[in-house]
Amino acid sequence: MNVLEFTLLIFAVSGLAGFLGALTGLGGGVIITPVLTLLFGVDIRYAIGASLVSVIATSSGAAAAFVREGFSNIRVGMFLEIATTLGAILGAILAAKTPTSALAVIFGVVLLYSAYLSSRPEMEQRAATRADPLAVRLRMDASYPGPQGPQAYHVSRVKTGLGLMFGAGTLSGLLGIGSGALKVVAMDHAMRLPFKVSTTTSNFMIGVTAAASAGVYLNRGYIDPALAMPVMLGVLLGSILGARQLFGAKPRLLRIVFGLVVALMAIEMIYGGLSRRI
Amino acid sequence: MSSSNRSWTDERVEHIIGSLLRDGVMLAAGVVLVGGIVYLIRYGGGRPDYQVFRGEPSELHSVSGILRGILSLHSRSIIQFGLLLLIATPIARVVFSVFAFALQRDRTYVIITLIVLAVLLYSLLSGPVG
Repeated sequence: MNVLEFTLLIFAVSGLAGFLGALTGLGGGVIITPVLTLLFGVDIRYAIGASLVSVIATSSGAAAAFVREGFSNIRVGMFLEIATTLGAILGAILAAKTPTSALAVIFGVVLLYSAYLSSRPEMEQRAATRADPLAVRLRMDASYPGPQGPQAYHVSRVKTGLGLMFGAGTLSGLLGIGSGALKVVAMDHAMRLPFKVSTTTSNFMIGVTAAASAGVYLNRGYIDPALAMPVMLGVLLGSILGARQLFGAKPRLLRIVFGLVVALMAIEMIYGGLSRRI
Repeated sequence: MSSSNRSWTDERVEHIIGSLLRDGVMLAAGVVLVGGIVYLIRYGGGRPDYQVFRGEPSELHSVSGILRGILSLHSRSIIQFGLLLLIATPIARVVFSVFAFALQRDRTYVIITLIVLAVLLYSLLSGPVG
């Protein structure tokens, strides 16, 4: 296989990953790293670098649409980004000190957990009845476009959310993923944001979080342009096409199948790490 | 909504941020595509080799190195410049937010946003850390 064939193949696989990732809501970047390491034998550090770049592309692209529709809470996002960016730098530094086999195991565990989270039905949390005083001071309470006009909501447990976000940022920097699932959990369960708001705000934050670790990755030589090029273009194109197909509804069967594929890859990553093949 | 007659409403800010993100990603993708085509024309027949991690050469892993490589039209430097534009897109969003919050006279959020910006610039420009 020469460079041209390899690049086209990576482009096609990344396109498929981006398409399925957007359709199922799991995100395309999260399966790029296992695909590159398991199927193409790419060193996990190059794979993580390429995946991170594609995460910035898809999240910024998607955020552009959501922000304009007024779902994202920019104040909440901005405030929590203090924690996610600091976490991301810590994670990226840790990534350089962690053996690749350990990275593979951690990656597999996080992947398994994300697949589990996304397989559950989207439950709307009980709305917060009163706001955290800190949230009031930070003017976080807002409203979003609902079926019957703007729906106002409160924000609770800001400090807990901030702590969880530091963890999400660290994982993002360590593994080159968006860790959108974890961000949504923090905003859903701790801060009690409405589901649509937490999903879109998380998406809004992923780009900035990933940019923080991308700087460290770039300086360490993890981002190979010739590998990142087909991955980024493929995932971006695939996710744009996937989002067009979507219109809000997520095909259930596809989600289950994709979830199983992801779980299988997760187990393979854990096995590969434990047996020191990665 | 604290002040009544500001022209920089949250809605307007959201609209501009949306356009900024979309245009940044599209521009970055375009540059990466151009660099990629040049790269494949020049090196498409070679053998891919990503099994052993070597790290990128210095002209591809620092902002100044990439900008120098662009001037000599290296295909990999062009791609890397596109990726740099991509990384810069969310950073540009943060820079814009600083001004937007300042125009809204929201001092708390100007400070919050400046902290985030400082962290981002530290990561990108400080060289290998840790």
